Amino acid sequence: MSHDGTTSRPDIERPESVYFFGTCLVDLFYPDAGMAGMELLKAQGVRVVFPQGQSCCGQPAYNSGYREEALKVARAQLDYFPGDWPIVVPSGSCAGMMSKHWPDLFKGEPDEARARQVASRVWELTQFLVQVLKVTFEDQGPPVKITWHASCHAQREMGVTDEPKALLRQLANVELVELQREKECCGFGGTFAVRHPEISAAMVGDKVADIENTGAKAVVSGDCGCLMNISGALEAGQKPVRGVHIAQFLKERTHG
Amino acid sequence: MGESSINFAKASSAALQDQQLRGNFRRAMDGLMSKRAVQFADTAEWNGVRALGASVRLRALSKLPELLEKLEANCTRNGIQVHWAATTDEANAIVLSIMQRVNAKLVVKGKSMVSEEMHLNAFLEKRGIECLESDLGEYIVQLDEAMPSHIIMPAIHMNTKQIAHLFKQKIKEAEYTEDVAQLTDLARRVLRKKFATADVGVSGVNMAVAETGTLCLVENEGNGRMSTTVPPVHIAVMGLEKVVEKLEDVPPVISLLTRSATAQPITTYVNMISSPRKEGEKDGPDEIHLVILDNGRSGIYADEELRNTLRCIRCGACMNHCPVYTKVGGHAYQAPYPGPIGSILMPQVEGLEKRGELPHACTMCNACVEICPVKIPIVEIMGRLRSEAVHPGDAVRGAGSHASKAEAMVWKGWSMTYASPLAYQFATALLAKLGNAAPTSLPLLKEWTNVRTKPRFANRTLHALAREKGIPDV
Amino acid sequence: MSESRNAILGKLRAGRDAHPLTPPESDFAVLRNKRWDGAERLERIKRMMEAVHTEFLETTEADWPADVQAFLTAQGTRNLLFGPATEVGARLSSAWTDGGPELIPYADRVETFKERLFDGIDAGITTTLGAIADTGSLIVWPTPEEPRLMSLVPHMHLALLRADALYDTFWQAMTENRWADGMPTNALLISGPSKTADIEQTLAYGVHGPKRLVVVIVR
Ligand code: SF4
Repeated sequence: MSHDGTTSRPDIERPESVYFFGTCLVDLFYPDAGMAGMELLKAQGVRVVFPQGQSCCGQPAYNSGYREEALKVARAQLDYFPGDWPIVVPSGSCAGMMSKHWPDLFKGEPDEARARQVASRVWELTQFLVQVLKVTFEDQGPPVKITWHASCHAQREMGVTDEPKALLRQLANVELVELQREKECCGFGGTFAVRHPEISAAMVGDKVADIENTGAKAVVSGDCGCLMNISGALEAGQKPVRGVHIAQFLKERTHG
Repeated sequence: MGESSINFAKASSAALQDQQLRGNFRRAMDGLMSKRAVQFADTAEWNGVRALGASVRLRALSKLPELLEKLEANCTRNGIQVHWAATTDEANAIVLSIMQRVNAKLVVKGKSMVSEEMHLNAFLEKRGIECLESDLGEYIVQLDEAMPSHIIMPAIHMNTKQIAHLFKQKIKEAEYTEDVAQLTDLARRVLRKKFATADVGVSGVNMAVAETGTLCLVENEGNGRMSTTVPPVHIAVMGLEKVVEKLEDVPPVISLLTRSATAQPITTYVNMISSPRKEGEKDGPDEIHLVILDNGRSGIYADEELRNTLRCIRCGACMNHCPVYTKVGGHAYQAPYPGPIGSILMPQVEGLEKRGELPHACTMCNACVEICPVKIPIVEIMGRLRSEAVHPGDAVRGAGSHASKAEAMVWKGWSMTYASPLAYQFATALLAKLGNAAPTSLPLLKEWTNVRTKPRFANRTLHALAREKGIPDV
Repeated sequence: MSESRNAILGKLRAGRDAHPLTPPESDFAVLRNKRWDGAERLERIKRMMEAVHTEFLETTEADWPADVQAFLTAQGTRNLLFGPATEVGARLSSAWTDGGPELIPYADRVETFKERLFDGIDAGITTTLGAIADTGSLIVWPTPEEPRLMSLVPHMHLALLRADALYDTFWQAMTENRWADGMPTNALLISGPSKTADIEQTLAYGVHGPKRLVVVIVR
């Protein structure tokens, strides 16, 4: 399958239950964002199932060139999503790995069909909230100016571009100022950040400057890799801007 | 091979220090990206012409050996002499033997990436043949004794001031000026004399049409037409993937090429050459030679996935959109083809032992994939080459040359942990407790914390929180 | 045949046969559907070509030689290179009046007057086979009577365009006229005067080819 940025998803019916795939970064570093994601779904009257056997989509190894190892970890996930429910993922990057790369990763394997079936049920969180649940939010927070960082894989692998911003724009007291280079990579790139620390630093440096120029108090994003990178750099540079996951931000604004 | 590995990290580090250079690239690439977007503003048209362009390239690849034979037959019928070179050495030798036969002293060159790949200039200069680049950008880079930093805009790393100084220093009749029109005019005067007196013209080929035996070249300056029309001998060099089946395949590819490359609906000249000077014609070269170069391409072609690299029409758009290229510029890659396409092509052509680091010069952001006019899955190939670099095999030269026992162990341990729910929960719970105590002097953390704070482990994992909140497991 | 040839083709064949590739259909509809009506075509051609510094001269079948002469005289052009053996050439030489720019025939092999061509010729005039609305391009097929360098070496290129010889796209022009059945030595699309942006992305005209392109529209 080629990823040419032309992804668009057919609608599905609103399910009674969904699976939540938390991702390994959320698990370790941003569990609150994960919880917030599940609560947003529950608030829409959907039953949320969090299989305790899940761990990681396999992306770190896959992108490092260790496909066997990635396959092993990806395969271990398949058992935990047996019901025919959507699998909602609070990260464009992991969702992209599962829905776009698993079919390649499992190609020729005995469980290829099963992997494809699981992959076809994967949704990025904001995409699911907008397209399937058609949520509407009532803003309960004070006025604030924010900006949005688009995750590379959410936009280019999952085709998620307008959904998150549409959600943020529903919030009456939130002013969304767009970045000048919203679509440009923040320089995380998994192992890239440590393999090429200087280039990565230059990239996140440009991103931070762009964020600062908006005058926003917070930068919201849908991917924890980006967030870890951007907020780490904001903090190190002592910038008065906080990085926050969109699930957490939406929950803060709407549940008081 | 004994060839040392090219150090991208070190070269890019130097480039990052150079604020001037970074400014030059950032400005130029920002402009190119926004202008390109205007050219493809009509999404339906973009999707249509892109699908068509990709189909043209894929169809050509599906019949590659037959089309090359057909191209050879039709060129030969038209009077164009066809030569085959397995390696760049062989291609250089072919070019040299033609030049020696006609006793060439001066060669003018139109822009050709394949000749860069062959290091043709250096090869000929060593043998006493003056080889002059005539594309203005290539001319500047040649005067500067440097390498092109972009496949479409070779001198994009320099600003007007730098070029003004260079001209003053290297061209006898030059007065110092920062006026672009005057600088251009100076080059025009110098090069006109050379065109008129050159013995041989060398050019690349943007596309060769099998059906008619036609060589297509696109350009803005007219130097390509000069090089292929004025000297008595014209030698065209092309990579073997540049063939297309039919003449009608040319328009969509040209449209994608020029719009993607420089955001022009078309270049000033589209030059289609099908024969040397015929009886009764008053100008044009008496001889045309087409050198078809393999240089590893047939090996790339053998692999179902890597083969897609050969779809490339060398538009350079992937460079313009690459956040890494935009930061470090073209020279950091130390390769005739920099940026995303270079990062997948160079390792396949020159081997992973030498170029194995290039597939890692990428955050896998997919910006290139999104705009590649012929839909090359660049990032997937990048990932595949990362894998080849650490696993011995025979699909790519130098496969396994970057294998490291220590790294392999880490990933093995990772996969064992992450594939077992128990091991995973045990490890993550431990990290949640103790992870934050890790000193920032640890190898990977050190690089990370240069410009960022340390990532903070939450004190309870999502697994634990979900259990506590009673979120159902099945 | 060379050893390399057979080795390369053999490798390609083996590689392909091991993993054949089925390409998607080539759907040319995106080009076929690009259409402009009569007046729009010429408007578009002018707009696109003017955007890259092309100049236009509107004239008629009866007046074009005189109009060209008047234009060149006003521009201070010293001479005009033309093809004497063409119909256009005949019209030019019979209508040309004394005192204007000198008419210089391209009558012999280039080798006989290369130096003058490169150094002493101000303008050259050629016919065209039409123009393309999609991209704003002239179609030029040089012939023995109108050689290749006429549209390249002189500082100014004048191109005669019949106002009814307009196409929508390059693809339409080549398929309708069955170019694939016989390509000339050299076929060209010319879309403006020579230009470059190689110095800091700043556009400059007239780098190697003509500095000016003047399209003479003949109605
Ligand atoms: S890989 Fe695609 S975008 Fe890059 S130069 Fe080739 S055709 Fe252009």
